[in-house]
Amino acid sequence: MRNLLLFAGVALLFVLTGFLQSWNLSLQILNLALLSAVMAIGVNIQWGYAGLFSTGIVGSVALGGLAVVLVSSKPVPEGWAAGGPRILAALVFAGFAIWLAGRLYRALPKSRTRALAMTAFLLVAFFIYRAVLDPAVLAVETNNPSHAGNIGGLGLNSLWAWPVGAALAAAAAWLIGKIALGLREDYLAIATLGIAEIIVAVMRNEDWLARGVKNLIDLPRPWPVPREIDLQADPAYLDMVGSFGLDPVSTSTILVKLMYAAMFGLVLVGLIWLCERALKSPWGRMVRAIRDNEIAAEAMGKDVKRRHLQIFIIGAAVVGLAGAMMTSMEGQLTPQSYIPLRFTFLVWVMVIVGGSGNNWGAVLGGLLIGWLYLAVEFLGPQLMDWITASLPPGELKTRLQETAAHMRLLTLGVVLLLVLRFAPKGLIPER
Amino acid sequence: MDALNALVAFLNFIVVPGLAYGSQLALGALGITLIFGVLRFSNFAHGDTMAFGTAFVILFTWWFQSMGISAGPLPTALLALPLGIAVTIAMVLGTDRLVYRFYRKQKAKPIILVIVSTGVMFVMNGLVRMIIGTSEKNFADGARMVLSPQDFKAATGLAEPLAIKTTALVSVVVALVCVAALFWFLQKTRTGKSMRAFADNEDLALLSGINPDRVVMITWMIAGTLACIAGTLYGLDKSFRVFVYFGLLMPIFAAAIVGGLGSPLGAIAGGFIVAFSELLVTNAWRKILSYLVPPDRLGDGLYQALSTDYKVAVSFGILILVLLFRPNGLFGGK
Repeated sequence: MRNLLLFAGVALLFVLTGFLQSWNLSLQILNLALLSAVMAIGVNIQWGYAGLFSTGIVGSVALGGLAVVLVSSKPVPEGWAAGGPRILAALVFAGFAIWLAGRLYRALPKSRTRALAMTAFLLVAFFIYRAVLDPAVLAVETNNPSHAGNIGGLGLNSLWAWPVGAALAAAAAWLIGKIALGLREDYLAIATLGIAEIIVAVMRNEDWLARGVKNLIDLPRPWPVPREIDLQADPAYLDMVGSFGLDPVSTSTILVKLMYAAMFGLVLVGLIWLCERALKSPWGRMVRAIRDNEIAAEAMGKDVKRRHLQIFIIGAAVVGLAGAMMTSMEGQLTPQSYIPLRFTFLVWVMVIVGGSGNNWGAVLGGLLIGWLYLAVEFLGPQLMDWITASLPPGELKTRLQETAAHMRLLTLGVVLLLVLRFAPKGLIPER
Repeated sequence: MDALNALVAFLNFIVVPGLAYGSQLALGALGITLIFGVLRFSNFAHGDTMAFGTAFVILFTWWFQSMGISAGPLPTALLALPLGIAVTIAMVLGTDRLVYRFYRKQKAKPIILVIVSTGVMFVMNGLVRMIIGTSEKNFADGARMVLSPQDFKAATGLAEPLAIKTTALVSVVVALVCVAALFWFLQKTRTGKSMRAFADNEDLALLSGINPDRVVMITWMIAGTLACIAGTLYGLDKSFRVFVYFGLLMPIFAAAIVGGLGSPLGAIAGGFIVAFSELLVTNAWRKILSYLVPPDRLGDGLYQALSTDYKVAVSFGILILVLLFRPNGLFGGK
């Protein structure tokens, strides 16, 4: 009952935004909030089910976005022909070399010679890798750099990118989990912080991949969603809108956003259903048993490390899925927008405020904090204008208005600290 | 002669910047490792504590400059440092009282404290942005160079110049003084010994009558002091931008973990290991090689293993290697 009221309260926030500001804005916030809720489910799987603290959520989101570019952006045949296969060969070679290094390391007896031999092997492998990679990268990037300069995508519907995004994020999580899980808990937090920074750095700097900071715009929409312009030219749509007496332009934007909301809602409901089933199954009980007492669970014959790795990968995959959904909605990839504040720590606040360990809590936190975070964007300056209205124009006034933008960080931190201290179980506690 | 030129270039591009950057990282890593040793959690707010301290040092520097006070050839910031340290200490003691103490009394799991420290990180980051803004601040004054490239060239007649910035020298000297003082404190004084005892074995330390609140307070004060100094030195040497200090978290953690969390000596070694690896890997070796290899054999590459955009990858790589092969660090921490 209480939970229903909480959800109704959040729904009211969106309705009020619709009435007081505009429905377009309300739906825009809703779509992003739904995506945040999906990310919150992913983080809740890692933290709430298993107690794994990852600070690399933004990396999974970014990999999801990259998947959209690779799967659905327009193919650039000249770019691909210039060096695509060679880049691929270099990457495969690098993977193979690292795998071989691992095998050799285990096969050889422990000695100083082994350490030297491994270093020499890796150095040689690195130089070969660069020798194969560099000319290919140069060739791809010099191909029509103002419009392309990348290897292009497959040109498929961006709906296909969603599972690919999940798979990419899962692969990265497997790699990092293999190394950092099973050590001290904080090591995972530090290692994930690093890998996320590297992923975003790669997307910013490797122009051949997704044009880097030159951004990739004009990605196609996912399958059932039409473009507003196409919709406005469609006679069937115009007839329908006309019969209701609505404005075709504003209705089309709202209709498109409604379609996204329906798609994201469907994914969210599906995920919640799966998570609830999983949590109630023997697997869910085992996972919670491990979280609450690792030693006891291990004594019962449960493979703690394996379970942790599994959960870490599943959680990252869900976040990657959300990242792909977000990029396919926005229709562009802007590596600069992947900042840890927005995609790592905000999602953490969502999970903790909502109630860690409870799927419904994560969803509620996602919708509530998602609304709050985005609504502050228009409420904050308005509030500041109102506060400073009586002040004469000058240094103090502009300074105060500037601080409104930084209030978000401070508020986020204070909310996190307050909830952790006074309501550590969150709005909807775990049963 | 060419070999000598190559050596000077090596000194100029690797050794001098590496010593300065390594000193800054070492001071940062010392703070992390002390907090880890005594309070037993990884403090994610340390980077922003550095930024917070530096912001106040900058404010005091401006104030001194407006009054016409300067330190001659040295940066004015050195005079402002004690005031900045005082504010930083007040801040960390305040956060400990308001935030961390509650969890300590509860004996919360370390991971909860890590999450709490990210919350503190946000609050501090927001405060710094509000106090001093997000734009780049350059607050180094005094003499720019201890050894100017022209003088060096004129004195030695070499083609390759060697430059030593004042801020680089200041970094190394201040770090040396801090480290000497810290080790004297930890080894010789009663309070320092009680801190080490507390870090070693909490129960035994409590049993022998060491006051835990006092140990914790002293630890925060030292960590705050080191953070403020490290941040100021880094800001003087490069420049001050808030988000850069968040990016410093990775190298500092890598340095502390390489040396072994909880080991002060390890943190210092780790700082230099990380700094030199970063420079060796991201340096473009073309210039140095051009003195050693005949021009027709040189080709047109930059001979750079990784572009400087990926310097975070270096600290990450070091971190991964340590986690894989020596999870306790080179000097055997916890």
